[in-house]
Amino acid sequence: MIAERGTRVLNNVQAINEALDLALAKDERVVLFGEDVGTMGGVFRASDGLAQKYGEKRVFDTPLAESGIVGFGIGLAMAGLRPVAEIQFAGFLYPALDQILSHLGRMRHRTRGRFTIPMVIRAPYGGGVKTPEQHADSPEAILAHVPGVKVVIPSSPERAKGLLLSAIEDPDPVFFLEAIKLYRGVKAEVPEGYYTLPLGQARVVREGNAASLFCYGGMVEVCLKAAEVAAREGVELEVVDLETLVPLDTPTILASVQKTGRAVVVYEAMRTGGFGAEIAARIAEEALDYLAGLPLHVSLDADVLDPTLAPGVGTPVPGGLTYREAHLLMEVLAQSGRVRSLDLVEVNPILDERNRTAEMMVGLALSLLGKRIL
Amino acid sequence: MDTIQYLDDQGRPLRDLPLSPEELLQGYRALRRARHFDERVLVLQRQGRLGVYPPFRGQEAAQVGVALCLKADHDWLLPSYRESAAALTFGMPISRLILSWRADPAGWGAPPDVNMVQFYIPIATQIPQAAGVAHAQRLMGKDAVVAVFIGDGGTSEGDFHEGLNFAAVFEAPLVVVVQNNGWAISVPTHKQTKVQRIAQKAQGYGIPGVTVDGNDLVAVWSVAREAVNRARAGGGPTLIEALTYRVAPHTSSDDPSRYRSEEETERWLKRDPILRMKNCLLHLGLWSEAQEEALTEALEAEFLAAVEEADRAPEPKPWEIVEQVYQEMQPDQQAAWKYLRGEA
Repeated sequence: MIAERGTRVLNNVQAINEALDLALAKDERVVLFGEDVGTMGGVFRASDGLAQKYGEKRVFDTPLAESGIVGFGIGLAMAGLRPVAEIQFAGFLYPALDQILSHLGRMRHRTRGRFTIPMVIRAPYGGGVKTPEQHADSPEAILAHVPGVKVVIPSSPERAKGLLLSAIEDPDPVFFLEAIKLYRGVKAEVPEGYYTLPLGQARVVREGNAASLFCYGGMVEVCLKAAEVAAREGVELEVVDLETLVPLDTPTILASVQKTGRAVVVYEAMRTGGFGAEIAARIAEEALDYLAGLPLHVSLDADVLDPTLAPGVGTPVPGGLTYREAHLLMEVLAQSGRVRSLDLVEVNPILDERNRTAEMMVGLALSLLGKRIL
Repeated sequence: MDTIQYLDDQGRPLRDLPLSPEELLQGYRALRRARHFDERVLVLQRQGRLGVYPPFRGQEAAQVGVALCLKADHDWLLPSYRESAAALTFGMPISRLILSWRADPAGWGAPPDVNMVQFYIPIATQIPQAAGVAHAQRLMGKDAVVAVFIGDGGTSEGDFHEGLNFAAVFEAPLVVVVQNNGWAISVPTHKQTKVQRIAQKAQGYGIPGVTVDGNDLVAVWSVAREAVNRARAGGGPTLIEALTYRVAPHTSSDDPSRYRSEEETERWLKRDPILRMKNCLLHLGLWSEAQEEALTEALEAEFLAAVEEADRAPEPKPWEIVEQVYQEMQPDQQAAWKYLRGEA
């Protein structure tokens, strides 16, 4: 059905703006709010023009208070509206953790369905555009740990539009994390009009047999690039865009691992308790027999490296090591036969060089693949 | 800042009362009903027939006076754990309250015609939510009012500030009631704040703030009524500080002798809100001991029936833990649900 529509070339933030516009037009219960969301249209312009189009009752600025924004939205939702809140950066979400952990996902359960929270919380996340401290965080694992919420992270304009409309229609709270570097970093054909894409389904975006790269959001294009490079070396990597972390599409992950026998998780957050550990755990529980050889754990245990030694501010990983040293360590670990899965991290890339962390790590993974160690 | 009062410490009217004789009687009955509930569930707790329970003894007027201004199927109540009296008066069935304090899921949800959100356990998170519920009423063109309760300790939390600020900026139809009962578990109010009166904090948000004698039902009711009427008419939020005292322990697990003197509690027991209201009615010739006895009998009968009803509730099933997490059970919940039911 979507295929029959006309398309236009949009970047991610334009696609998101279009989705918000369509949601406001379709359902009068939808309200948009957050810091600078109204008159200005958001710091990334995701709500550009919408306050002017729908009025300040539907699209409005709030005081600068994230717990207030989330708590207020919970109240709006309990009363029967469909709130869509913007948190200006995912790294600014933390004052709202009490609202999120104690109430957002629990209200349905703690009132036995009497009150529900059909609310969407959008937030830009991740690195890649030289933002300052706290502007490049990737807190998806924290959010995925909250019961009763869904976590969606789109990787392209077409996906962002349809997934956001699904999130707004969803009867439960949804975190919608938008990779900052994709806002204006990609342009693609986007179908016209209102359409939804299913939550909770991972997509194989490139087929291969040598190893499975599991990724989401801003790391999907990185993995696709890596797969292209690898293909030139005769190695066919499979790339799986998880898209929804909660509920997780475990069958698609397992099917891919069963085919390739190797799993690499590529994401931008800290390793310990990171979402890669969840993927690894599910693979270990349900597809261990399909893995080729070495134990599933651990590659670069970045968290043990003292973040305070990092060159530059707010760079917990690769910690006190230079990238060259990190690579070296990877090589050593690989040669010792201890590498199985690879958690990749890109946090707060201020320098150009750091913007390329993920690419460098994937390059490393490829070199390891080339040595038949992975 | 003056403390609004209509009854003296013995319950004699200090001036003309703003309530009709029928209202005074209705108010007294509601106070007695709350007290009866509190006393009887504590007995259940000691019998092992209730979980941990936070008693409200001495704070009945501060809660009942507010709840009497609200319509359960139209207005909203967001109580903290101390507010069983407000919940009861607002319209929550006693049996559900008992189940709730048994930590039985059957008691968690209010009936469809009672707009009460389950008691808030985290401190102050209800304030921004109440502001949101209230603002939604205006957006939807309803004239409903939201009442939210918090204690003196809760005013130190960030969410108290954020919620009041949101409510003020959006002129939300909200009544924020701070029951200043002197203690946040073991920490006295003067260690929470440097202001003399918590109601002064309203100035920081540009909204009306008022301190009322929380053990004087007439005063609480009339102050709450004014705030509710103002909110309903589009006049925005009000902060009400009800000065009262937690004569009971923090919960059924607390030992107040570790942090306060008996003398202070004794002083407050003499200002008991129910005693004062009864004396007021007797003084006005509206009440008799015969009526008192009949009321006690009726309350006991109602309570026993409610206990029976609560006891009849089926035991919660293990698999209920994964129900009502999402509207539609997701694969992880589905798997756990089947496992817990012995189907997988």
